[in-house]
This record gives sequence, C-alpha cells and structure tokens, in this order.
Amino acid sequence: MRFTGGMIGSMAVLLTGCDAAALRPAAADGAAIARGREAAVRLGCGACHVLPGVDWPRGRVGPALSEMGDRALIAGRLPNRPDILAHFVRDAPALLPGSAMPALPMRDRDATDIAAWLGSLHAD
Amino acid sequence: MQTDGPLHHDADLARVLDGWPPPVLDPAGPYSEPITVLAWALLIGGTLVLALVLVALGVALFGSGRTKARLGGEKAIWIFGVACPVVVLTGLLVWGLTLTSHLSAGLPTGKEMRVRVIGEMWWWRVHYLDAVGRETVRDANELHIPTGIPVLLELQSADVIHSFWVPRLGGKMDMVPGRTNRLLIQADRPGIYKGQCAEYCGGPHALMGFIVIAHDPADFARWRASRRPAPIAGDLVARGARLFDTVGCAACHTVRGTPADGMAGPDLTHVGSRGTIGAGILPNNAGTLAGWIADSQAIKPGNRMPPYRQLSADDLRALTAYMASRR
Repeated sequence: MRFTGGMIGSMAVLLTGCDAAALRPAAADGAAIARGREAAVRLGCGACHVLPGVDWPRGRVGPALSEMGDRALIAGRLPNRPDILAHFVRDAPALLPGSAMPALPMRDRDATDIAAWLGSLHAD
Repeated sequence: MQTDGPLHHDADLARVLDGWPPPVLDPAGPYSEPITVLAWALLIGGTLVLALVLVALGVALFGSGRTKARLGGEKAIWIFGVACPVVVLTGLLVWGLTLTSHLSAGLPTGKEMRVRVIGEMWWWRVHYLDAVGRETVRDANELHIPTGIPVLLELQSADVIHSFWVPRLGGKMDMVPGRTNRLLIQADRPGIYKGQCAEYCGGPHALMGFIVIAHDPADFARWRASRRPAPIAGDLVARGARLFDTVGCAACHTVRGTPADGMAGPDLTHVGSRGTIGAGILPNNAGTLAGWIADSQAIKPGNRMPPYRQLSADDLRALTAYMASRR
C-alpha cells in the first residue's frame, strides 16, 4: 500500500487524537529553528540522541539526529514531513507502536519548533 | 494522546535546570546574604589596595627624588608596611568571622528542620529526619524545604570528600568520610535552587548536581503528606514493576512497598516526582528516564549504573512508565 501525504496526515490525527492543525508547522524560519534547538536541549533529547552542535549529553540509545533534514524516512518507517515529524517527536508510540521512544510532554510549539530544527539539519 | 502513565506536563519542571550554573552572588536567604556581602567587600577592598599599590609603584618609578625619599622613609614603611596591613587585616578577620559565624551550625536546637545528606560517587542520598533525628522519608538528589525557617543539614560522605553547595541558600561545606558537618540553609521565597558538588570527587564530579525546591509552608505540608508509595496502576506500569524486580534494578534500588530493597543506588520510591535525573543534570521526563535506563553511561560516563542495552523496546517502555509513575 502506498501512503500519500494526506493519508498519513489523517492517520496521524486518527492515531493521536490531537488536533493536526496545531502541529502543522509554518514555513520554518530561523527563529523557529533556533527555538527548536533550544527546546531539544531543554527537554533532554540528548539523553538518547546525539544532537548536532550539542556537546553533552551524547546519547546512544537512538540514532544521531545529524542530517535529519536529508533523511527520506523517520525511524525508517514514516515519510519525513514536518507535520509528521512534529507528531512523531511528541508521541512516537502513537505513530509507531512498539517504538522504544516514549510519548514526551511538550507544548505544540515545542513539537513544531523541534521538527523545524530537525528539518534544517543537512549534510555539510 | 497516548501516554505511558503520568507524564510531567509541568512547564516549570521542564525548566528546572534553566539558569545553570547557579549564580553565586545572588543570595536568597539569610545564610547566603553574609557571604555575598563579604565577597563584595573583599573585592572592593582588594581593588582599593591594588590601586594604592599601583600608585605607590608609579611614584617609586616616576616620582621626584623628594617624594621617592618620603615613600622609602622609615615613617612610610611603618605606616603602610606594618600598621595598615595589621589594622586592615585584623579588622577584616574579626568582621568576616563575625559576619559568617552563624552559617555553620552546632548541634540542633529543635527549631530547625533536619535533613541528613550523604555524598556518594556521584549523587546525593537525602534522609529527612524528625526533631530527634530519626529518619522519616528517603529520597535522592533533591531536597524539599519550607520557606522562612532554617534547615539544618547533617552532611556526611559514604566514600570520598564531596562538598555541598547551593550558592543562593548558604555556604559551601565539605562532606568528609567519618564526620558529620553541619550547615544551615534557608530560602526566603519559594523556588528552585540549584547546587553542585564543589570538591572534585572523581570521574563525573562535574555531573553531580543537586536541586533544592522551596515551598511556602502550606505547600510543603502537602508535599510532605504526599510522600507515600504510589499504587501500581495499569498494565504497562505493572509490567514495568515486574521487570524492575527481575532484570536487576532491585539489586541496587529500593522502591518502598515492593520487594525492591537494594541500597547501592538512589531510592526510587518517588523518582517520578523528581525534577531531574542523573543527580541534577537532566530534566526528568519519560524520554530522559528511558535514555538513562538504557544507557546512562552515555549521559554520565563512569557512573556506577551499568547500561541496560539488553532490554527490548517494550520492556524499556514498561520500565520507563513504571519509573515515571513512582511519584
């Protein structure tokens, strides 16, 4: 079965029960990217992931997040779109049951900002 | 939104580590105020003395013969070389000792809240004591206090020398193996006050942090009353509780009300309610908990908890949910 963007978006809504509109990122601007990096550090994403440009902590439980903007898929399963990524960082088990990445408490804006930041990470 | 048990949706808690490192000249109580006054007095006094010396140096190098002669005369030596240092340093000594004499404490008087804090490599054991010194509640890496009253800390060490330091609330006091050192702290306003081990104690010393959470007295009474083991509710949490006792966690950690009674690591009865994990270094949420359980060595290299890379994703989520639910 081939997923279309719209289907994935609807799935996300169905699965999470969240308001998808709230997590639809505006065009990623520099401010959102900077806020996203700050939110990722503040929430402790580094406990499991190497965050590019962050010296500590450098977690090894999950994948390093460098070049996340170049990846085709999130966690090898979901299309790497900003709205899906925003859902995923906040509630991974809803989109990928069985993922070790837990649901994380964060504001809507933190989720979209983190997605914007991740989307901005490209190979040099 | 699907959740793995109670999550911290508390924005304040997520920001518990904002403002790290803690400011050292921003007193928030009567036991840190005198230190700030003394620090500024020494800084300003030292600057004035330096200025005086530089002026004297300038005169000695570039002054006229007559001023040089006066500067090197017997009278000047007696005044500036002997009398001034004796008077200034003696005055400073007496003033400094008087100003800071009440910061370290003698035996409890019965008016203070008493807590024993034991330094460990590289975390803090926290035992709340009653008025006669019996343990009431055990916790780790976090101290809850009421505002407005002195808190008498009985500082000990289980291994090497550590130093307890919450700069905004009081002085710095070494924790020496075999001794009990007493230190008073007090917060005048509710808030979160950060601390740090201030004596190099090996490997991850720099990652040995601490937080003090000051509540107004009514909130503190509520917090104190809430210190009962949380019930085990829900399938995921129940599965996590079983795993805790079977995969090895219970060998080192205690969760009161369960068979887990290990003593080597922090008591986890209330770990889900703590503001931080890893001893004051990361905000406590489901993600950082999972990261810590699976591979704490990547976060705090050298700490004494082995990585649990053998856990399946489901097991890791169950253990994380169990830990987060221990509130």
